[in-house]
Amino acid sequence: MKARIRKLTVFVEETRREMDRPVDPPTRKAAAVAVIRNPFAGRYVEDLSELIEIGAELGGLLGRRCVEALGIAPQAAESYGKAAMVGEDGELEHAAAILHPALGKPLREAVDKGAALVPSSKKRGGPGQVLDIPLGHKDAAYVRSHFDGMEVWLNDSPRADEIMVAVAVTDSGRPLPRIGGLTVSEVQGKDGLR
Amino acid sequence: MPEPKLRKLVTIVEDVFHEGGPVRDTPLKRGAVLAVIENPFAGRYEADIAGFMTDLEPLGLDMARRLIDALGGEAGAIEGYGKGAIVGQGGELEHGALWHVPGGYAMRGALGEAKAIVPSTKKVGGPGTRLDVPVTHINASYVRSHFDAMEVGVADAPRANELVLALVMTTGARIHARIGGLKAEDVKGEDGLR
Repeated sequence: MKARIRKLTVFVEETRREMDRPVDPPTRKAAAVAVIRNPFAGRYVEDLSELIEIGAELGGLLGRRCVEALGIAPQAAESYGKAAMVGEDGELEHAAAILHPALGKPLREAVDKGAALVPSSKKRGGPGQVLDIPLGHKDAAYVRSHFDGMEVWLNDSPRADEIMVAVAVTDSGRPLPRIGGLTVSEVQGKDGLR
Repeated sequence: MPEPKLRKLVTIVEDVFHEGGPVRDTPLKRGAVLAVIENPFAGRYEADIAGFMTDLEPLGLDMARRLIDALGGEAGAIEGYGKGAIVGQGGELEHGALWHVPGGYAMRGALGEAKAIVPSTKKVGGPGTRLDVPVTHINASYVRSHFDAMEVGVADAPRANELVLALVMTTGARIHARIGGLKAEDVKGEDGLR
């Protein structure tokens, strides 16, 4: 592996009630976070291809970790998202190199299909800072019940020369969705939008 | 006494490979399970609350089993533990103290033999409040390599009328433990201390 991983953390949230109503079946979200060394911390480097390769490795690894943590078959995954936080000696472009060129394809293999864009966010920050991962339906970005997000944080990451890379996968939408829009049952799943 | 009303369960598992020193093939695992439940005593002073400790026992046991599963499924691999509670602003610290007995009962129930006192902490807080849960060796509190802690919290909990209950377990010493003191292999395991 190109990525030098210091730590891998997996979060799973299972919601059973909301506003004192049962959520049945419970909604479940998982996020997997890798804390890696930033090979370009502290200097300007023109060619970021090493980070692009790392992104490809982590897309598969973190996607599989999420699916495993949910205990579901890959095709049962419903929504996904990705995010990265670069430690203070790195630049936002490092997060972009990990997230955008190559992370998506292996992530889509891990969740079986994934016609939709993987929603993403990025920031520079320090240890303990919160990273919000946006979530959208994996096959149709307009599914309104699945617009969501998941917060992750690690008290000791990212250190100045590290990058926190996060992938979130769910097997469900929000707990009590009721604002209309495109529903899961109407998804065609061809163009990634509807 | 009321049955605990569970809104949400959160599981967090960290695989720690290194912290700047030698990289481990088998990572140290640290895990937490958090239950967000309704505080049946929120918003008023209730003199008689102790009966709720018994009501929390089945939930505690379920949480402890989930945690062992999340850490690989082997109770024998667990070496450190701790517990904690965050009380929403409509409650009092004493409500968090209700977790002491069932939290400890749950860990011992799921781990079988565990001689040491379960270290703990608690606080009153709002949504997103984090709690540093102390961790010590399960059979001998003085094992220096196993003094540790795990920061936990839930973005949307506790609400004013909720409690967040936490259990934490680890599979070993701090990743680069090297400050001497009582070693795990020298534990007598009779008094829970050494």
